[in-house]
Amino acid sequence: MKEQTVRAEADSKQLIQADEHIIEILSDSGEGAQTAGQMFATMSAKAGNSVWTVEIIPAEIEPPARSAPGASGNRIRIGSFDITNAGDEADLVVAFNEQVLMGGMSAGKFESGCIILLESMWGKHPNPAIAREYAEMMEKLRKTDYRIYEVPMEAECMKYVQDARRGKNMFVVGMLCNIYSRDLNYAYKEIENRFKAKKPTLIKPNVDLLEAGYRWAEENLDFRFEIPTCPVTGSQLVTNGNTSLALGIIAAGMEVCSMYPITPATSASHYLSQALYEAGGIVHQAEDEIAACAFAIGASYAGKTAVTITSGPGMALKTELMALSVMAEIPLVLVNVQRGGPSTGLPTKVEQGDLLAAIFGTPGDAPKVVMAPATIEDCFYCMITARKIAETFRTLVVVLSDANLATGQQAFPRPQLKKEWDAPPIDQSPIPKGAKAYDWDPKTGLSRRFIPGQPGGMHTLTGLAHTRASGVAYDPEANQEGCDNRSLKLAAFQKTLKAPKVFGDADGDLLIIGWGSTKGAIEEAVTRVRKDGMKVSALHLTYLQPMASGIKEIMQQFRRVMTVEINYSDDPAHEMIDENNRRYANLAWLLRARYLIDVDCWSNVHGQPIKPGSIERMIRDRMTSKQTH
Amino acid sequence: MFGLNDTCILEQDQEYLSLEDYQGRVSRWCAGCGDNGILGATQRLCRDEQLPREKTVFVSGIGCAARFPHYMNTYGFHGLHGRALPIAQGVKIRRPDLNVFVNMGDGDCCSIGTAHWIHAIRANMDLVVMLHDNGIYGLTKNQASPTTPSGLKTNTTPRGTLLRALNPLTVTLGVTNASFVAQVGEWIPDLLYEVIRQAYHHKGLSFIRILQRCPHFTAELYASLLTNPDNILLLTHENGMQISETTAKIYKRQETHDPTDLNRAREIAEMSDKVPMGILYRNEQIGRYDELSKSGIIPNWERRAAVLESAFDRIGIQTNVPE
Repeated sequence: MKEQTVRAEADSKQLIQADEHIIEILSDSGEGAQTAGQMFATMSAKAGNSVWTVEIIPAEIEPPARSAPGASGNRIRIGSFDITNAGDEADLVVAFNEQVLMGGMSAGKFESGCIILLESMWGKHPNPAIAREYAEMMEKLRKTDYRIYEVPMEAECMKYVQDARRGKNMFVVGMLCNIYSRDLNYAYKEIENRFKAKKPTLIKPNVDLLEAGYRWAEENLDFRFEIPTCPVTGSQLVTNGNTSLALGIIAAGMEVCSMYPITPATSASHYLSQALYEAGGIVHQAEDEIAACAFAIGASYAGKTAVTITSGPGMALKTELMALSVMAEIPLVLVNVQRGGPSTGLPTKVEQGDLLAAIFGTPGDAPKVVMAPATIEDCFYCMITARKIAETFRTLVVVLSDANLATGQQAFPRPQLKKEWDAPPIDQSPIPKGAKAYDWDPKTGLSRRFIPGQPGGMHTLTGLAHTRASGVAYDPEANQEGCDNRSLKLAAFQKTLKAPKVFGDADGDLLIIGWGSTKGAIEEAVTRVRKDGMKVSALHLTYLQPMASGIKEIMQQFRRVMTVEINYSDDPAHEMIDENNRRYANLAWLLRARYLIDVDCWSNVHGQPIKPGSIERMIRDRMTSKQTH
Repeated sequence: MFGLNDTCILEQDQEYLSLEDYQGRVSRWCAGCGDNGILGATQRLCRDEQLPREKTVFVSGIGCAARFPHYMNTYGFHGLHGRALPIAQGVKIRRPDLNVFVNMGDGDCCSIGTAHWIHAIRANMDLVVMLHDNGIYGLTKNQASPTTPSGLKTNTTPRGTLLRALNPLTVTLGVTNASFVAQVGEWIPDLLYEVIRQAYHHKGLSFIRILQRCPHFTAELYASLLTNPDNILLLTHENGMQISETTAKIYKRQETHDPTDLNRAREIAEMSDKVPMGILYRNEQIGRYDELSKSGIIPNWERRAAVLESAFDRIGIQTNVPE
């Protein structure tokens, strides 16, 4: 929990020391709240706080001004311990108008006692309707236990610039610097970096606004916070999961990324479009999701493993080609940055609902590797691993990221590049006489891939059932043999996997199993309840298909096992739901089916990252309930 | 025994690839299927151009025509229904050294793969694309395709098809960046070979609609063209096809058509009383996606590492270090 110590400063200001704080900056789209958030987060990371930021993005490009769904901005969690997730409720909110507060308030995103710094200009707005809206909101706010501070941001900014809409965000950064006791030198440096190249004339007015904000907070606010820094030092990268994936793609030696625009995956391709070009590769924007996958498969077949990046609806469209990649044993990496489903669903929101679709979504038997990065750092390294697995096992590797990782920002140690990550050059050596295109090894199912250009390797690869020589199979045994061998490869790969480590004790009352982006929140919740002596541990799975040996033995050391996931499961308390019809969360289904263990689950489809606090409450409920299940 | 040095002859034989060298598995097409003629002409082209077999890739979709790569002794990719073009583009994008051919049927290209057809034309990558158009779904047994003539009774149109047939030539010529559009009947070997040869030498996407007889389901579709050559309009030009005297004698209706004239090409494509054969349009000045998208940077680890390090510098920070 958030620990605070309060002491009075000489000038009657309260100085509050806390081990973490969550700040939200909310504005209409285009008012620069995101820039302010990113700047403050970067400064905090440089100063030595652990940081996690989440972009708050409205669904429309130009949503209506002063509206709840139009809220745009950033959530920044800063702490003095290793921050691994977006955390619980906000402690301090800066709002550019009162309407952008609505969404967060009704979703219970603000902590009780939350400090709200609200632009006050709307109260005296010439349009009486707006002034009334403001007054009504203030009335609502006064009924809460939030601490409301009305801030004349516009009026203060107008002392320095003609259009306060551009620049109010810098005033906010100045306020935050004062509130969080940040050295202004960090801010000067950020402003310089931002404007030095493009518009050096803007440095001065921005510095003025920054200092104005700092002074205003110093003179008018009766509190300050101090979040002690953590001991991490050295080179770090601060980035989001999609950029991390994109960098990983380059580090893996992949040269072709084929995609079709889809939220929330596209920003990875935005980043790659220039970076991959500079590395001598190409981002191909295809005419549709199907073509994007087909193009990647063609490029992989011609020599170098390619990647296609998409989200749930796009993966659904690629299904037939995913099966082709498996059937014809063409290496392919498919990244699915998951969003809320089904159908078009919640394009900008978080969900982990595509696990079963990734594993089982292809008609017929299509064994493939499915893995999920758990952190923003993982997003980088998993691309290197995925490319290697795809090539070594001549198969499809599906990487399941999600909107939480895609838009979250975190610092992690700067990778030390290793040449061994790179893809090998295209093999153009002659194929020995008599060699077959699918000469499956009876033990592993592996066979050597023939690449166009290799003399003597001429054959026609086909998505039809085929023989070892890649001929169309007319004999019933041939299809059995092909299916056996493709499945065998997965078993061979499985033998290389190590059982994941348990977080906490190796035995106890409750084991919580997660996958993907929930790792940080689950482990934080487990840490909190363990402090109270609860015998609860966590297990996080990177490889979902196949799963490492030893997981069953880990589960057997706990009285109860459950998964925590961000996807749909039935509410077991509902009168219609019983063991005959209850539908479980994705991973719970898998674990139950494979291990014959009564794995429970707790999940929801609110489209939000799961808060450690919610998991914590759930654990406490379960641990105190008398039921064993 | 005649004083010849047979080691020399042997060496020559090894270098020279004969028709047989390009023949793959034995074709399983029906007797009388027009695909056999297309296969023969293509193998002849490979032999005449001495295409290295390992550097030649035939990509196809699904359907009768899509079995084509199996019958070539080159690399082949018998992929998915409708998806031959984006796969072929993927093959070509990083491998300019490969000769890439695409074989599709009318269902493959003009129905399930329509989006790819339009966009592949626009991308104009260096591919030879053959549309084997028999006006029917053959492999799935007699269903109407977009190019089935109106009124034809098929298994899915027992009262006759309701819509007029789609014209693949007008569609292709209507797409921005179309750079080579031709039409030919597979039963005229000279013309077929000549069109495929010109297509092969064209830099860009060459689209050939090949009228192809299906002896099983649409045996009558092109019958009037076979019985009366005057129903065919031969397109000739000094920059067009090279036509033998014999062919010229049989196909008397001819038009001197400059293949750079797009407007006339579109008019010819629209003709309903005659079936044009020859090169309707050719323009080598049109940009090719495979060329335009090249960065000129040689991808290697050193390059990648440099790009990554500079990216790391941009998003990197030093923590707990005083500024």
